[in-house]
Amino acid sequence: MVTLPPGAGTGPLLDVRGLRTYFPVRGGLLHRVVAQVRAVDDVSFTLDQGTTLGLVGESGCGKSTLGRTVLRLRPATAGQILFDGTDLARLSPRELEPWRRRMQLVFQDPYASLSPRRTVGQTLREPLDHHGIGTPTSRRDRVAELLDVVGLSPAVLDRYPHEFSGGQRQRVGIARALAVDPDLIVADEPVSALDVSVQSQVLNLIRRLQVERGIAFLFISHDLAVVQHVSDQVGVMYLGRLVELGPARRVYSTPRHPYTQALLAAVPRVEGSPADRVLLQGEVPSPLRPPPGCAFHARCPRVMEVCRHEAPVLKDVDGPGAGHRVACHLY
Amino acid sequence: MAAAPPVLRVRNLTVEFATDAGIVRAVDDVSFDVAGDETVALVGESGCGKTVTGLSLLRLVPEPPGRYAGGSIELAGRDLLALPGEALPAIRGRDVAMIFQEPMTALNPVFTIGTQMADVLRQHRGLSRSKARAEAAAMLAAVNIPDPDRRLDDYPHQLSGGMRQRVMIAMALSCRPRLLVADEPTTALDVTTQAQVLAEFRRLQQEFRTAVILVTHDLGVVAETCTRAIVMYCGSIVESGPTAELFRHPRHPYTRGLLESVPRVRAERLPELPVIPGRVPDPGRLPAGCRFADRCSRVQSRCRDARPPLQPVGAGVPVSVACFNPW
Ligand SMILES: Nc1ncnc2c1ncn2[C@@H]1O[C@H](COP(=O)(O)OP(=O)(O)OP(=O)(O)O)[C@@H](O)[C@H]1O
Ligand SMILES: Nc1ncnc2c1ncn2[C@@H]1O[C@H](COP(=O)(O)OP(=O)(O)OP(=O)(O)O)[C@@H](O)[C@H]1O
Ligand code: SF4
Ligand SMILES: [Mg+2]
Ligand SMILES: [Mg+2]
Repeated sequence: MVTLPPGAGTGPLLDVRGLRTYFPVRGGLLHRVVAQVRAVDDVSFTLDQGTTLGLVGESGCGKSTLGRTVLRLRPATAGQILFDGTDLARLSPRELEPWRRRMQLVFQDPYASLSPRRTVGQTLREPLDHHGIGTPTSRRDRVAELLDVVGLSPAVLDRYPHEFSGGQRQRVGIARALAVDPDLIVADEPVSALDVSVQSQVLNLIRRLQVERGIAFLFISHDLAVVQHVSDQVGVMYLGRLVELGPARRVYSTPRHPYTQALLAAVPRVEGSPADRVLLQGEVPSPLRPPPGCAFHARCPRVMEVCRHEAPVLKDVDGPGAGHRVACHLY
Repeated sequence: MAAAPPVLRVRNLTVEFATDAGIVRAVDDVSFDVAGDETVALVGESGCGKTVTGLSLLRLVPEPPGRYAGGSIELAGRDLLALPGEALPAIRGRDVAMIFQEPMTALNPVFTIGTQMADVLRQHRGLSRSKARAEAAAMLAAVNIPDPDRRLDDYPHQLSGGMRQRVMIAMALSCRPRLLVADEPTTALDVTTQAQVLAEFRRLQQEFRTAVILVTHDLGVVAETCTRAIVMYCGSIVESGPTAELFRHPRHPYTRGLLESVPRVRAERLPELPVIPGRVPDPGRLPAGCRFADRCSRVQSRCRDARPPLQPVGAGVPVSVACFNPW
């Protein structure tokens, strides 16, 4: 079999099919598995080189789990993760090793992800040393360049994570992911710890990295404004499933799923007051016992009888060419 | 200005850290009041001293390397900085509680959520074991965690990031403190959960008259939740006043820059988001004059020579600004 070089342009960089990640729930005296949390449930999407899929959805809907499973930091319960044509879900840890350099994670919690005993300089050098990138001298320049890219001054090289503010630490995390020149970065809430002006700088940076270096991003965020700025495609998750997927422009201008519509209406605005906002009513259902039918039906303002017992599947709206897909009985 | 008497009175607070690069002044001569019925926002760029200010209000700055270099923090009439160390545990949680920016560091990984919440409730509210568990479940429900009874038996790593944050919020609220310092409590939350949590803050505040200091960089949240806002830059307050006035007419060029750079959902995405040019100066190498001078579009020569003091803008407007050439 011929392995194609990265970015050969034949098909997507990442093609995820029917991915599931379940967590066992143990209980009782014997600590048996009594149930499964379906954190990711039958998710499919593709991602092209140098493009970004933004993933939004409520807390606990499975965004981080999806991101980690794609990187094989968690085993997949079922499904395929085709990265440049190779199914990562089937590889052993040893077989995965060469792929690791091409995929990086930027974490949600920058504090937990940086070693407290390493200086920033050491943290940024580590992946370069580990993957044998460049010469020792060029690595030093590279580290300085990385700091510059994320807007930190070279003076921070000898400092430890605890000496930084949360936002500064997150920038170190992004610089570390960039160190190895990956093809794919899963960025899990990369800017939610950052203040607005740095947030905008980092978002502009991510756009630049997409265009200039052809890096693809799976960009997880609960902030719809942030996602709009960086994403080519947007996926909306609800209780482990994608309920809407499509070109960002379409999803933002004509959201189809009632949940997406509710999310967009709930964005707090600088000009606004709470009274202007339409808020979703009702409880977020438990992923342990997903409700029958459409998982959103108990909170949906447009619920119909069929929604209570039949689960909707993702299908094309606006015709197959538009690439806008929604899982809702309204369509 | 506020009708209720201040619960908190901070005067000239100065906090320093000893680092390899020398002394870093993380909080520099900060003064403000918070009344019992207020929610006050503390906003500003990363590293400007919001968290250290918040930690100071519980006297939780690690000493060393930190040091309270000056000022006072009067909470319900007592100066926290003058109290003996033994008096602090009783005050934390009951008089003042904090929701930390990074929940993983505040939750103990080896105990279940239920055990940790019940401990706090038994300690601070003297509840029995079974009452404490029931109350813990009720608090989880209040912050919109599904299946609260079962979640009590989860360990922190079994929860999503947003759920951990909500557990922290539930723990802090459960003690009904007089003052709640919430450090980026909703940044990990999606909009719908965030709206519910903020509604819970408002409810708590009205019911128990808890004063809230909300540290956040989300100006949308500030607009909706906070009566007053304090904008910090490089350890000092650069502007403060009623939120509506500050947002309608930002006077400090930094406040204005912040408001302009908020990412918003737009009809069309912009090729580039507006940003404040440059970066925050190194805390070890602060300019002699106004600390914002190098990034400011309205800079004048005197801005480089002297530091503008924080002064009321006058004309009956309850806003103070530290700028020689405000908008
Ligand atoms: N333990 C410490 N040792 C040394 N310096 C510290 C320590 N903690 C904080 N600092 C410094 O104090 C300054 C203020 O930090 P602080 O955490 O208060 O910022 P912040 O405004 O909360 O930022 P963010 O929005 O990123 O959380 C920063 O320059 C930081 O590097
Ligand atoms: N290690 C684990 N063991 C058991 N359950 C887990 C584990 N990790 C996640 N879960 C569960 O899987 C579901 C999805 O969690 P996940 O962290 O993916 O959510 P998320 O969408 O990233 O949420 P947030 O926005 O709050 O970060 C949740 O119900 C969570 O409790
Ligand atoms: S399928 Fe029914 S319940 Fe689900 S979102 Fe559509 S209309 Fe609402
Ligand atoms: Mg997450
Ligand atoms: Mg902070």
